[in-house]
Formats: sequence, C-alpha cells, structure tokens
Amino acid sequence: MNIVVCIKQVPDTKGGVKFNADGTLDRAAMLAIMNPDDKAGLEAALRIKDQNGAKVTVLTMGLPKADAVLREAMAMGADDAILVTDRVLGGADTWATSTTIAGALRNLDYDLIITGRQAIDGDTAQVGPQIAEHLGLPVISYAEDIKVEGDSVIVKRQYEDRYHEVKAKMPCLITALSELNEPRYMTPGGIFDACDKEVTVWGRADLKDVDDSNLGLKGSPTKIAKASDKVPKGAGEKVNLDPAESVAYLIGKFKEKHII
Amino acid sequence: MNNMGLEEYKGVFIYAQQVDNELSSIAFELIGKAKELAKDLGTDVTAVLLGSNVKGLTDELGEYGADKVIVVDNPELETYRTEPYAQALAAVINEYKPEIMLVGATAIGRDLGPTVSARVATGLTADCTKLEIGDFPINAVPGKEDEQKHNQLLMTRPAFGGNTIATIACPDNRPQMATVRPGVMQKLPKEAGRKAEVIEFNPTLEKNNRYVDILNVVKAVGNVENIMDAKVLVSGGRGVGSKENFKMLQDLADVFGGMVSCSRAAVENGWLAQDYQVGQTGKTVRPQIYFAIGISGAIQHVAGMEESDLIIAINKDEDAPIFSVADYGIVGDLNKIVPALTEALKAEMKNK
Amino acid sequence: MDFTLDKKHEMARGLFRDFAETEVKPLAQETDETEQFPAETVAKMAKYGFMGIPVPKEYGGQGCDPLTYVTCVEELSKVCATTGVIVSAHTSLCIDPIMTFGTEEQKKKYVVPLAKGEKLGAFGLTEPGAGTDAQGCQTKAVLDGDEWVLNGSKCFITNGKVADVYIVIAITSITEDKRGRKKKNFSAFIVEKGAPGFSFGTKEKKMGIRGSSTYELIFEDCRIPKDALLGQEGRGFPIAMHTLDGGRIGIAAQALGIAEGALDRCIEYTKERKQFGRSIAQQQNTQFKLADMAARIEAAQLLVYKAAMAKATQKVYSVEAAKAKLFAAETAMAVTTEVVQLFGGYGYIREYDVERMMRDAKITEIYEGTSEVQRMVISGSLLR
Repeated sequence: MNIVVCIKQVPDTKGGVKFNADGTLDRAAMLAIMNPDDKAGLEAALRIKDQNGAKVTVLTMGLPKADAVLREAMAMGADDAILVTDRVLGGADTWATSTTIAGALRNLDYDLIITGRQAIDGDTAQVGPQIAEHLGLPVISYAEDIKVEGDSVIVKRQYEDRYHEVKAKMPCLITALSELNEPRYMTPGGIFDACDKEVTVWGRADLKDVDDSNLGLKGSPTKIAKASDKVPKGAGEKVNLDPAESVAYLIGKFKEKHII
Repeated sequence: MNNMGLEEYKGVFIYAQQVDNELSSIAFELIGKAKELAKDLGTDVTAVLLGSNVKGLTDELGEYGADKVIVVDNPELETYRTEPYAQALAAVINEYKPEIMLVGATAIGRDLGPTVSARVATGLTADCTKLEIGDFPINAVPGKEDEQKHNQLLMTRPAFGGNTIATIACPDNRPQMATVRPGVMQKLPKEAGRKAEVIEFNPTLEKNNRYVDILNVVKAVGNVENIMDAKVLVSGGRGVGSKENFKMLQDLADVFGGMVSCSRAAVENGWLAQDYQVGQTGKTVRPQIYFAIGISGAIQHVAGMEESDLIIAINKDEDAPIFSVADYGIVGDLNKIVPALTEALKAEMKNK
Repeated sequence: MDFTLDKKHEMARGLFRDFAETEVKPLAQETDETEQFPAETVAKMAKYGFMGIPVPKEYGGQGCDPLTYVTCVEELSKVCATTGVIVSAHTSLCIDPIMTFGTEEQKKKYVVPLAKGEKLGAFGLTEPGAGTDAQGCQTKAVLDGDEWVLNGSKCFITNGKVADVYIVIAITSITEDKRGRKKKNFSAFIVEKGAPGFSFGTKEKKMGIRGSSTYELIFEDCRIPKDALLGQEGRGFPIAMHTLDGGRIGIAAQALGIAEGALDRCIEYTKERKQFGRSIAQQQNTQFKLADMAARIEAAQLLVYKAAMAKATQKVYSVEAAKAKLFAAETAMAVTTEVVQLFGGYGYIREYDVERMMRDAKITEIYEGTSEVQRMVISGSLLR
C-alpha cells in the first residue's frame, strides 16, 4: 500500500507570535515547523504503516528550506520525501497550489493521499479538497479517525455537532485534523538516517498534465488587494481597585450603557 | 487562468446550508450580507437550497430576505456528502452564472466550497470576516486607470491565527466565491409572509467513483445550546482554577440569561467541554457582552471574541494581554469580584 | 574549526528540547517534591531511543555518537536534572563499559536490551569507606567452581533498585609487590537484579536530584555465573577509571544543562519582575550578571562538547573529561547560586524552579569524581 502525505512548513504560532517594533509580524523570529494538522496526517499514515505495512512518502511544495520538514517526517518514519520547488510556483493561491501538488502526485503510485485539514498560516482548508478535485478522487475532510479495511478506508468525519462514519474506496484523499492523534517524536537514529537520505527535488518540468496558466502568482484567480498585520483593538479603561469598588465601578458602567 | 465572459455572471448567490432539513443560522447571516452587496451592485439575492424534501424551507429563506430560491431536491442529497452536493452546486453555478457565490465556513462549507470552486475553476477566499464591493486594485495604478476594475467583491479575512488581515479579490474569474465564518455577519429581522421566487432545478447527479458511503451518523449528545447564540457570555480561563469555580461564572451568566464559555486552558484542564471553547481552535463569538474571567488573552483566544460588542476582563495580572482588548478591565481577585458582582447585579435588577 | 553543531546534531538537539519541554518539564517539580523515580518518563525515553543514543544499531542503539548523547543529557537537565542523570548513569556507566570491555555474548545479552531501554543500568564502585580513594574498597569476589561469590556493599548508587543490570567493582586478589606492599586487584562484574544474595539497603534522602533512585547495594554471598566477569580478571580498576572518564562527560552535560536552565529562567524572570518602577533586567547589576553567566556557560559548553568529540575520536580522554566536568559543575553551582540571588525571596521558594536547580547543581561537584579529583587528574597531566 502506498500512502502519500502532503505536508507544509509553517511559522510556529504556538510560542506566541513575534512582532517587529512597527507592529508587523516578525516572521524571521518564528520557528518554522511542520503544520500540526499535517503532522497528525503523517502520524495516521505511520500507524497504518506500523499495522498493515505501507510505504509512506511525504511531499511538500515550498522554498528549498522546506527540506527541513521532509527530514523531520523521515526521522519520524516516512520512507521517501519529495520537495516541489520552483520560482515559477511562487505566490500561488489555493487553486494554483492544489494544481501544482496534483501535478506532482500524478507521477506517483498512491492508494491513499492524506493532507492536513488546514495550515496554521493560511487557515483556508482548501488545498486538500482541491487536490482531490484535480485528481478526480473521493475526498473525506476533517478526519478524526482513519481505519484501513481491505481496499477501503473507514473514516470518522467531524462536523460541528456530530460525526459521520464514512467509507470510501481507495484511491482517495483524506484531510486530517490535529485531534486525530498525538504524533510521535522523531528518534535520534531516525534523524541521523534522515539527514543521510536523498530528498527528491522536483521543479515545474516534473509536474504532469499541468498548464502554465494555472501555476504560481499568475495562475492564481484570487489576488491580494491589501494585506496588513492586524492592529489590535485599542484598550479601554483598566482599574485596580478593591473588590467592592471594582463591582461599583462595573455597575456604574452598566448603568451608563443602559445594560441594567 | 482565462477570462471567461465575466459579464454573463449576474446576481449574488448564497448557499443555504441545511442539516437534517433544518436551515443553519449561517444561511440567514449570508442572506443579510448578500442583501448589502446586491444593493451596491443593483442586483438581487438568490439562495441555493440543496437537499431531499427541502421545499418546505423556501418560505423561511424568503422571510429572511432572499429574493429567489433555487431548490435542488434529490434523494441523493439527503445527508451531506461531498460529491453529490458538489455536483448539484456546480450545476447551479454553471446554469445560473452568479457573479458572487457565498458559502458558510462550516464543516460542510469548508469542504463543499473548495471542491466546487475547483470544479468550476474559480477562486475561493476562505473564512471571510468582511465583504464589500469596491475597486481592484483598490488604488488605480497611475497611467493604467482604465485597467482598474469596478464592482469587485473585496473579501477580507484574517490569517496567521488572526494576526494578519488580507483583502482579496477575484478579478478575472466568476463567480467570486467566499466562505464566511458563522457568527460574523448579521441576519436581517424576519419579515413574516415575505415571499421569495422559488425555482426548482433538477440537474442529473452522476453516480461516479467519488461517492462515499455513510455507515453511521452519530450526533453529539447534550450539545443543544450553542455559545454562538448567546447574547451574554461569561468566559473562564486558567485563572478560574477549578471546575467547581465555574459555578460562580454560571451564576453571573444566569443574571443576564447568558451562557458560560471558556478558553482552551479550561478545556485542557477538563473543566468544560470543547463545545464551549472560544477562540482559534474553538468558536468565534460575538455576544453583546463578553466577560473574560481569569483569561490571559492569548492571541488565539482573542481572535474568537474580539468582535464582541462589550468586553469586560477580570484578571489578577495587570499585564495580562486580555486588557488590551477589554473595554473595561478590572485588576483583582476574581474569586471576590465575581460573586460580589453577581449579587450587586441581582440587587440592581430587583430594584427596577 | 567550526563551533556550530551540524544539521544532524542540531536536529537531534531540537528533538531533545521538544521532548524535555513537553514531557519532562511539567513533571520536574513533582518529581523533586515526591522523590519518585519518573518511571513513565523513562519508558517514553526508551520508546524514542534515548536510552541507547551512542550505541551502534546492531546492538539495539540509535547509531549516533557521544555528542548527540551529550546534547540529550544537557537538554533534559535544563528542565530536570533527575531525568538527566538517569540517562547519564545508564548510558555512560553501564552500557559504555560493556560495549568497550564486554565479550560479543555480553554485548548481545546486555547491551541490546539496555540500549532499547527495556532494561535500566547502574554502576557500583563507591563504598562507605572508599569514595575518592577507590583503593579503599572492601567488596570481594571469590571464584567458587563455576560461580563468583560477592560479599560487601556499594553505596550512593544512582538508578539503584530500579536498574536491572549493575556493573560492580570488587577485589578478586591481593598481591604483594617487590617491596612487600599489599596491592588490591580489582575486577569488574555484571550483576543482574535478582541474583541470589543481592539486595538493596535503604533509599538515600538527598539534597538534590531527588527523583533519582539512590540506594545501597548489598552482596551477601551473592552468586553470579563465572562469565559475569567483565573484561580481564584483575583489570577492574582501569575499567572503572575508563568508565568514569565517560561518565564525567555525561555529568558535565548535566551540569551544563542545569546552568542553562537556570539562566533561561533568570532571563524570563528579570524581564518580568519590576522593582523601583522598572524591570530588574533594566538594572545594570542584572545585566552584567547575566552577561557573566552567559559567557561562562558557553565556555562550559565548549569544554563539554570538546570532551564528547574526544570520546568519539580518541582512546584516552581523561583530561578532556576532567576539565569539562570541573568547569561545568562549578559553573552550574555558581550560576544557580547567582540566579537564586537575582530572584530574591522568590528564589528561595520551592514554587520557583531555581531553588531546585541550586540544590541539583551541588551534586555535580561531588559525584563521579569531586572537583578536587578532577583537579588531580588535570594537574597530573600537566606535571607528568
């Protein structure tokens, strides 16, 4: 069984987002990590590998430095890694990104493709379903649990107030939630091996059945009109009084605002 | 991507999500926003209703402001599955050619939206918090004033865990598609008896390899109340200290007929279920009053509550970031202030 | 000369740091308070290969090197010195001598499960009457047919009772030199928990590293098989000394970690803590102290890494190990003492970790050779 996990390198927002003096995001000060939903997807693939035996390939599209997340994935147990990188692919929106990744995936044998639900930088949740669309595969988004049964997968698909237990025939694509599992750590020996392994690097020319007009910034139907780092809402009043005075202060404000 | 006869595309469409043949609140919120956009464009609002035996829902869509309702009623659409729903919505788009197609950023919409946008080969902007009609580029490039496009949908969305804001346009493709976070747009007041023109549309849904089988539908139990519907939320975080202490917060919420919610820390400590979590990984809320009690105010939390009309923070740490978004910040011991505030409010209300 | 870690070592350090922050740090306070051996953490470390980092893969290890192992002990000790020493004693004092002096059968039998973390290791040299002067040891081993019979006791044994495999040094003969002076000849043995006549005394109550399990080992006609002898008979003393050379690098890494952990806390705290209307980090006194500590810690780190590289490439690395341990241990003690001072009253309170770090630091100047012993080793090499 061949599983391809699509992963993305993202800036870490967990340890607090860093800002420059002018209030803009200091991206350079933030660590680059494997996107959490993607990592859960990788863990799911590795568990299938542990139980049923499978070859797990990780694939990312990004700058050459995204090599780091591929090494991490291999140090966790992935067998192969592919980096799709090319200047002409830069500035892609989700349409152009999914077109690119689908073009790369067409070169591979896969039974199952797993992506994260969404990346913590873009938060769109679009690339997974759109890859499935380009490849004509069944898609199951928001997976909380994945089981392989013969030539099918059985997935717990999360909704706001329920889940569906869904069965799909492979090949298919699943988008993983970080709630899916607790990803394993790398091992020291895995790190040493991963650093010695080859990462396959593909450029534009290696993408199969893809039109230039659908790639990169030019091939992106959505265009950024304006982007800014968020200006925090201004602080209101802050008081430091004893409890009774604090209560009186709030009651006064509620009356002022005709809340009571 | 190629231009594709953009002028053929007319009207603002919304996807009227229903689950168990009951319309979701997001459907009405989208109509509310769509009405504003349609007014600016001089066009009308069409709700797209997909399901099985859903014709009875069209009246409600009309009462909330939809001018037209396109209904695709097909047994294949009984329970949400990506493929038949994507086929149906794509068929509506191809047939009726809307210039704008809005979808809720729900667990359904965030699956259906990207699938359909890729199928009809257009752009999609996710999780929008603001939509308006304007020019693209926003400021014309000097010397290229005639290349500036007017009457474009400008879609504003947070990214990066709410730390950045981007406004996005889709100038060369139609429809301009967006998903919109629930709870952000305002629905219009219900106008009893208002009718929408109902159009029944029956595209052929092709049974292909992309169908999945639903083996089981398991509804969460005890999840009837939704913090997104509360007018007043009393939200607790790590500083509340224990599950028992949440009783204090409930007492305060009861005074207003509101609900208790919480930060991620409270969920991680097992004090409240995840359904009550506000923030990036929880829900976006916008109550009239939001009490942040013992919540430090991590950016991920703030992203989910900062649109609240009035924010009151109580925290013992005077440097807690929550104070930077609070209208009224109280530095002090929540264990003393919260019960006292509850009693004082009860007394005030009795006097009325 | 390149003073930066390469990609592999940097990535491994990232792993250890992530693990330490997520799995170890939240338990550090409780481990100290309850003096409980952190068995669950050790099981997790075993799962991810931390118990056999420098061991070749064919013996169940990770196939990495001493430098990787050192960064592991360092990162663990930043948040919990107890966890650091468990890995250090296991790897340096038990696995390493078997890998270096053991037969192929012994490596297969003992190193494989030890490196996989299925078993835990310990080392026994010190006795009540013999600390720095190892020649004062009394524990004896006598060959009786196909078995060695051990009598005596060993004290202050890290991983005592929880370990499954013990390297024990005992006298196997006493010879006289030409001038008629008596000389004890030592041998090293591999003793398994459960050997008849092998038991444990009471648990030591310690000032620091309180979660590590420190016990007396008692041998009363303890019978072990003949092939439990490690290395040649009579070569126990050099085996012990060689083992301690490696162990000192581990302890140096532990001390380095403690100092780094204390400095990290200090930077956080002095930025937050306000006195006289501004953070104490804005006071020049604080700034200069932070600078001195940072410089000293980096010097210690270079010595520790150099010793680890020496272990990887040289047969003998006693002096490098002694310098690293001496300087890192004294750095740990000095830095933690200074950090407690900068914390003021809060530094003296258990709720703040620096109090624990100061208690933990002290042992690094004492065990696996006191600072005085390290000075003897270093000066001995100078005055040879």
